Amino acid sequence: MSALRNELRRELRRESALLHIDWTACDGRGLCTELLPELLQRDEWGYPLSLGYGSNVPVPRALMDAAQDAVALCPRQALRMLGR
Amino acid sequence: MTFAEMIPAPRLAEVRPPGTTRLFASGRPAYSAHQRAYGPLPTVRDLSTLVREIEAAGLTGRGGAGFPTSRKIASLRSRTAAGGPPAVVIANGAEGEPLSVKDATLLRHAPHLVIDGLLLAASVAGAVEAYLYAGRDELAVVRQALAERQDASIVRLHEADDAFITGEASAVVNAIAGRAPVPSDHVVRLSESGLGGRPTLVQNVETLAQVALVARYGAAWFRTAGTDADPGTRLVSVCRDRGPTRVAEVPGGIAIEDALHAGGVNPRAVSAVLVGGFHGSWVPAHAFGTPLSPEGLAPFGAAPGAGILMALGFGACPLVVSSGIADYLSMESARQCGPCVNGLPAMASMLRRLAGRERNGGLPAEVRRLAALVSGRGSCHHPDGTARFVLSTLTVFAAEVDAHLAGRCTEVHA
Amino acid sequence: MNEALWALGRGTGVVALALLSLSVVLGIVHRSGRPLPGLPRFSVTLVHRDVSLLGAVFTLIHVIALFFDPQAQLNLVDFILPFLGTANPFWLGLGTVASDVLVALILTGLLRRSVGFRVFRFVHWFAYAMWPIALLHSFGDGTDSAAAWFNVVAVLCVAAVASAVIWRLTTGFVEFKKLRTGELP
Repeated sequence: MSALRNELRRELRRESALLHIDWTACDGRGLCTELLPELLQRDEWGYPLSLGYGSNVPVPRALMDAAQDAVALCPRQALRMLGR
Repeated sequence: MTFAEMIPAPRLAEVRPPGTTRLFASGRPAYSAHQRAYGPLPTVRDLSTLVREIEAAGLTGRGGAGFPTSRKIASLRSRTAAGGPPAVVIANGAEGEPLSVKDATLLRHAPHLVIDGLLLAASVAGAVEAYLYAGRDELAVVRQALAERQDASIVRLHEADDAFITGEASAVVNAIAGRAPVPSDHVVRLSESGLGGRPTLVQNVETLAQVALVARYGAAWFRTAGTDADPGTRLVSVCRDRGPTRVAEVPGGIAIEDALHAGGVNPRAVSAVLVGGFHGSWVPAHAFGTPLSPEGLAPFGAAPGAGILMALGFGACPLVVSSGIADYLSMESARQCGPCVNGLPAMASMLRRLAGRERNGGLPAEVRRLAALVSGRGSCHHPDGTARFVLSTLTVFAAEVDAHLAGRCTEVHA
Repeated sequence: MNEALWALGRGTGVVALALLSLSVVLGIVHRSGRPLPGLPRFSVTLVHRDVSLLGAVFTLIHVIALFFDPQAQLNLVDFILPFLGTANPFWLGLGTVASDVLVALILTGLLRRSVGFRVFRFVHWFAYAMWPIALLHSFGDGTDSAAAWFNVVAVLCVAAVASAVIWRLTTGFVEFKKLRTGELP
């Protein structure tokens, strides 16, 4: 029982941040989808897609570095990290 | 001391509007008629009491989202009280929805009630600036109303464009700030940072008029109309798929069929009603007894929203009508967000092919896939609302969809 | 010593021209949103950045070497203000203009999240002006402009940038352009 609770807590801690997509700036250049293939697919027009999450994609701790890279390298400056 | 005790009781009893004719009780837009019908604007001595009274009244936003008004005002109030920059209050009378005319009608007939509500909201929120945002013709009436009174010098007017998306709260703030009237990306609420970075309250004009009534007569009076779940009255815009739109003030939780009657439409001549406007959902004729409340409409994925009821007469093909609406919505994208700019026309074209009786069994699945693809992927709710409408069309008119896929149609095509 | 400075100044100038040409080409590839064979999109971006920075470093060495070389007759003011030089003021001035623009490009490029996307993009358009100015400077002011090896380098640079710019102007340039039916003309 407590093992399950710890697992849940770990899961929550892991997903400690959100990757926010500014759709008004996004041009679907695809850099973020290359850097975060675990989180983001590409839709048929090239825009990043995380089905079910819309504009705010939870980032597991293991992918934080890749997410920071995506934020820094987005050519349209359409990404940012939001603290929970 | 309760709020009601703060106001001289005898005068109240004389002027309290009976029944459900509340917002239009003055009859004329003149200040004299307004004062005769409602009495003077009460001096609110304890502002937190007014917020509690609005909360007790259960007033929700009448612009579409239906958010509890007291919580919206209170969040702004706490921010200003915490020493932040002075707040801004905006009365939003921009009805982008071509089917909605209730806010324009309210501004033309009862501008003083809206101004009262705006002044009350401004003083509760600690705002030093108040704006009224509406179309040109309505502003002319409001300008005349403002000239009749001395207490509204903080109110400034701003003209709204005539486009679907102009009424979205961040688009309203952008318009008043002198930018293009389109929604912007926001990660913080407008109540935290809106116009000029200040806490901003954008409130629908009907909601503000209701605030003016609650301030005068209290929560208990407000709840004498409507149901526990949907107290008070609300304005509805009722229309046929073609024909004029009528505005009616109805009690909350009214059955859809009674709201149709109030708007001059015979429910027996109607096969379905689009509730909540172009971003809303269809309710079929067998469910016209459903109350027009958030709870009642939830099974249909609908909500009272801005109070729009579009009746679909027998004889009109629902898929053709819906396809026309989807086309319109795809054209009304502000063209800022890729999934909306690209996804909505794609979705509309699939619906158009379905309406045109193309024998392609894959069309409904493709519509559903595109609806899921665009949902949540925009800076405003235009793609979500459009997807909801299109999905509701497929669900409620499933029989028509099957007939169309077989090359037939149960209704006459116009 | 002077001979060494002179050679260093000339050599770094030619290398800077080649690097900046490559940078323009990579910038255009980056803008297309397409990856290169073996080079994903984010790598194209990073290589574009690194090649630009390297080009700027070579330009800096080029300028400093020639400043300490008495033959070049460079003054401090020639680092910043164009067309005031003693020898070849016009051709030298083009070099000053190009290096000024390069400094602006590097600064707004590195600080692009602070200056914002609009400022970054506005300044970055000037890369298309900087490159031909730098090329003209290398022809007009360069000691080796008549040498065959220099002409081979210059022709390669011009061919690479010209073909990239022509590709840039075609309609199929952006990866997803054709699919985005909703775009306004």
